[in-house]
Amino acid sequence: MSSTLKLVQTEARLFLRDPMSLSVGLLLPTVVLIGLGAVPMLREPSAEFGGVRFIDYFAPSLIVMCVGVVGLTNLPVMMATYREQGVLRRMRTTPVHPGRLLLAQLLVNLGAALVSTLLVVAAGRIAYGVPLPENPLGFAAAFLLGIGAVFAIGMLVAALAPTIRAATSIASVLFMAAMFFGGVYIPRFMLPDAVVRIGDYMPPGVQALLDTWDGAAPSAVQLLVMGATAVVAGVLAGRMFRWE
Amino acid sequence: MAFIEVEELVKQYGTERAVDGVSFTVDEGEIFGILGPNGAGKTTTVECLEGLRRRDSGRVSVMGLDPGREGTELKQVLGIQLQESRLPDRLRVGEALDLYGSFYKRRADTDELIERLGLGGKRKTPFGKLSGGQQQRLSIALALVGRPKVAVLDELTTGLDPQARRDTWDLIEQVRDSGVTIILVTHFMDEAERLCDRLAVIDSGKVVALDTPAGLTARAGDEQRVRFRPSAPFADALLLDLPEVAEVARSGPQVAVTGRGNLLQAVTSVLARNHIVAAELRVEQVSLEDAFVALTGKTPEN
Repeated sequence: MSSTLKLVQTEARLFLRDPMSLSVGLLLPTVVLIGLGAVPMLREPSAEFGGVRFIDYFAPSLIVMCVGVVGLTNLPVMMATYREQGVLRRMRTTPVHPGRLLLAQLLVNLGAALVSTLLVVAAGRIAYGVPLPENPLGFAAAFLLGIGAVFAIGMLVAALAPTIRAATSIASVLFMAAMFFGGVYIPRFMLPDAVVRIGDYMPPGVQALLDTWDGAAPSAVQLLVMGATAVVAGVLAGRMFRWE
Repeated sequence: MAFIEVEELVKQYGTERAVDGVSFTVDEGEIFGILGPNGAGKTTTVECLEGLRRRDSGRVSVMGLDPGREGTELKQVLGIQLQESRLPDRLRVGEALDLYGSFYKRRADTDELIERLGLGGKRKTPFGKLSGGQQQRLSIALALVGRPKVAVLDELTTGLDPQARRDTWDLIEQVRDSGVTIILVTHFMDEAERLCDRLAVIDSGKVVALDTPAGLTARAGDEQRVRFRPSAPFADALLLDLPEVAEVARSGPQVAVTGRGNLLQAVTSVLARNHIVAAELRVEQVSLEDAFVALTGKTPEN
């Protein structure tokens, strides 16, 4: 088996073995969805959400959570840990470059964000009849660009943070910001307009997810901002990453 | 050409020369020690040799390969054990060996390696649950999983209890007997004395001595020290008159006599003639540690 494949397999195993990454990274958004949907009022159409149900309106915000938990907290903290504990340094003593370990980490975390998103979509559909994204192509584009932007920011945090502690603190601030602007803490209809506008452009871009879920076309500017963020943060992370 | 050759190696950090013209050669099958106080440039020297650090000048060749230009080929035949390098806590012993084994073209039989390192019962134990000695042994196993021709072991026994240290020493001798050339970086004298065929003593980035442990000890002189507690007081002159005695020092009830030749016999016979009994009598030979202090002016632990 190629060493990259072996690394992906190992990192996936470690991800699933860690109770935190398993419960928070994979399952928490779905648990929140099921919990909220259990409240009958939130399953009734309401004028406040433009005639739709709260649960339908809130599902895209939970996707922000799926992507944010993995990309903004798990990914940078794992990478900082591997650097600080000398795991990357040990890899440097072998014929395989430690960059492959980071690639494996990236792939496993992307997979986790994807699975956790699918769980939310599937659980919403099965348990509460939340419709599937009605503009699937647009939704896929918004999701992929959004995840790209979030993960690139996560990588940049890993590149810049000198210690595990620093990575953890920066990551939690960014995570909370993404959650707040993404309407996870307080639903977006209750937030001031300025906050909602910022949230449109805050990775992973909740508005584009919401629009495409409802069947509309995503805003090109919002998608471009996500793509540009992914490229700029990704390149900076690659340039500035310290192996030791 | 020698098996491993380091010639006029220089590595500079800013204005400070961490390694300042280090040269030595290592023969195939040797256990070669690199000894020196902390911060002397030992680790930087081996890192340039391993290709983990780029040298500023000088020539390095390991089995004919240049670590700077042919690092990837070199790492196929080089086993490196680093100080303070962990693995993910939840990674199990067997998985770690399997993973690292997949990085090499000539992987060792991992089951046999696990047994040989005494980790047979620990195959499914995660790294975080291993004791310090077991983690260290796993680290050695990972350095050996690619069937290297050369193993570089850095501060291998730091932090281990005395029994684990001795076990590790036995293990290193076994590894050498299996045909692996070993470079051992250490600041422990007993370790160097026990294991190394030859030693380079490095201080402030320079090689200050290059010899066998016995040769280094001999260089510090054949001085001996006799300590005892006399049963009755006596004048220093009694001993100082002896040609073998160089110095007499007292601390509390204890007397320490330094000198050469047949010091012990000279001292005890004079004392006996004067009806003085020497209690708690001890003879101290010059050790590698004394040689080290004489060469570097520092104690090895600081």
